[in-house]
Amino acid sequence: MTIEQSVEVGQEQITVDSEERIFVAGQMQLMWWRFRKHRVAVAATVIVAAFYVVVLGADFFAYTDPESTEAYRSLMPPQPVRFFDDGRLSPHVYAVSGKRDLRTFKRVYEADPDQKIRLRLFARGYKYDFLGFIPSDLHLFGVVGARVDESLFFLGTDSLGRDVWSRLIFATRTSLTIGLVAVALSLVLGVILGGISGFYGGVADNIIQRLIEILRSIPTIPLWMGLAAAVPREWSVEQVYFAITIVIALRGWTGLAREVRGRFLSLREEDFVTAAELAGCSRKRIIFRHMVPSFQSHIIATVTLSLPAMILAETALSFLGLGLRPPAISWGVMLQQAQNVETVALSPWLLLPAIPVVVVILAFNFMGDGLRDAADPYGI
Amino acid sequence: MLAYFARRAILAIFTLWAVSVLSFIIIQLPPGDFVDAYMAQLAVMETDVSEQQMEAMRRQYALDKPIHEQYLRWVGNMVRGHFGVSMLWKQSVREVIGDRLAMTIAVSLGAVILTWAIAVPIGIYSAVRQYSIGDYTFTFLGFIGLGVPNFLLALVLMYLGFYLFGANVGGLFSPEYQLEPWSWGKVKDLLAHLPLPAFVVALSGTAELIRVLRANLLDELRKPYVITARAMGLAEHRLVLKYPVRVALNPFVSTIGYLLPYILSGSVIVSVVLSLPTLGPILLGSLIAQDMFLAGTIVLMLGSMTVIGTFLSDLLLMWVDPRIRLGIIQ
Repeated sequence: MTIEQSVEVGQEQITVDSEERIFVAGQMQLMWWRFRKHRVAVAATVIVAAFYVVVLGADFFAYTDPESTEAYRSLMPPQPVRFFDDGRLSPHVYAVSGKRDLRTFKRVYEADPDQKIRLRLFARGYKYDFLGFIPSDLHLFGVVGARVDESLFFLGTDSLGRDVWSRLIFATRTSLTIGLVAVALSLVLGVILGGISGFYGGVADNIIQRLIEILRSIPTIPLWMGLAAAVPREWSVEQVYFAITIVIALRGWTGLAREVRGRFLSLREEDFVTAAELAGCSRKRIIFRHMVPSFQSHIIATVTLSLPAMILAETALSFLGLGLRPPAISWGVMLQQAQNVETVALSPWLLLPAIPVVVVILAFNFMGDGLRDAADPYGI
Repeated sequence: MLAYFARRAILAIFTLWAVSVLSFIIIQLPPGDFVDAYMAQLAVMETDVSEQQMEAMRRQYALDKPIHEQYLRWVGNMVRGHFGVSMLWKQSVREVIGDRLAMTIAVSLGAVILTWAIAVPIGIYSAVRQYSIGDYTFTFLGFIGLGVPNFLLALVLMYLGFYLFGANVGGLFSPEYQLEPWSWGKVKDLLAHLPLPAFVVALSGTAELIRVLRANLLDELRKPYVITARAMGLAEHRLVLKYPVRVALNPFVSTIGYLLPYILSGSVIVSVVLSLPTLGPILLGSLIAQDMFLAGTIVLMLGSMTVIGTFLSDLLLMWVDPRIRLGIIQ
């Protein structure tokens, strides 16, 4: 890996002036310098990192169990958080009571300004295992002197009376990891097939290239829909999760394979590869020691740019009811409730999961753009 | 040129075959066969069917034959226009699809035309006036277009239409024309309703194409022949439009092969949200009800449409690009 090289080189050259630093810096170091200049990409990376922090600590950021459902508080609108009370900083929400409108038979909710529910940071709530093995009951925020699952509905509730904020946090976990798993699968397929195609050429290359062309000329969503619909109904949440990643990766690898092939083709002609061959390096060593390090940064950029499509694929499939199904929670599963215009018109907060979808997709796009520019050795 | 044509034609036929195999796989994927599903449905309606009848049906649909024979039979039926019967709708697939295929083509073509109509002028403008406020604005809007998935845009537009105008923006026809036979009035009504869904479907493709055209044109504009032309006093608009834009448009035509599957794919999900009378909602309904013959037929139709469209765009490329006509590029 080039990181170790750059560290060694960096230690030797500490005294050299800055211009010389560029000549001796490792590839990752150069990439980082170029990437840093791309302000938007850096900001996007911070946003992506923040989302993955939420993924890791979903239980901490949620304040109620995403599954706890209560019919008497279905479709409750978001509670505005009031930060000041009598001029003093004291965040609180008003208690909300719901009753049924006897004329329209809809539930209507009324906030009671006299009943203030105080909010606090780092509150105790339901018990969970942080990162899967550290038992805890600490949450980012909660309420003082009341049961949080009966009093706080920061972003409202869905049609089954489940808290939208907490569900959104857990949905983020599912949607962002499913993208990663799908991209990892695509990467394995893409690198193997693209590598074979680019390194060996000839008949293998021809077959793989035609396969890619065919896969890319089929409209993806109908294909995904057809394959996803075949996932048996009785499968567990985890089984469906992996089935969906496979369905998505089945087409996702084509872009990566093209990238890898292109790199192999151009590198095959390079002098240093010929030199390695003449020096008697084994094929394995040429590929992994000489060729892969010189294009891995491009692969990282391509992977970043292909993640949004994977996330979107899951969201679209789940939204249509063919992807993940309840009790799994993902952005698409949540948006499924917002499918018809009547529901959305009455409860627009059900559209909220659209916001993280758009933000994450944009952030990955900007980050990938920055990485791609940084990975380009001829970039400025 | 003939070599290019032959290569493309062979690839198109090969792709069509691959699409048909995939569609057939989709039909075969769910456990049990058509008759099992049909029986389950009849059982719900408490109709008794004997074993003999089941066997007779299996024979009739050739389900007792090996899988490759079933495939050949299915493809043969498709080619002859026998699409089979939809269990979900209890009609022949042909009747269910009706003019929905035409509607799908209308929406997709509308989206392609809109993509070009928006992307070409904006792409040229952004390249010619690089780093101007307009360029930055369009680049920013382009990124938003890339980032907003089209079904979410459709949802938000539905909500806004409902909230601001109290009207349902979905559908392709006004209520009074919904069940009418085709007439001039209905065509005009369709044309009035088409731009919104076409725009929603076209948005992300447009954003992508603007980026492609801008980058291509920027590369072209820096070439010496442009400087020569300018030095010789050619009017700027003529200079830009006559040479560099034509060269920059070239990869543009070839991307239609990728644009088309993209747009058709987008139209499926947008149609579901906006309840357009295209193949999309039927495909979804048939998949959820496991009506696999209908689903397979629709996947095959959508796939074939892209293959044919891509082939046509290849022919277009042959017409546009003299290098292909003269056989310089294979």
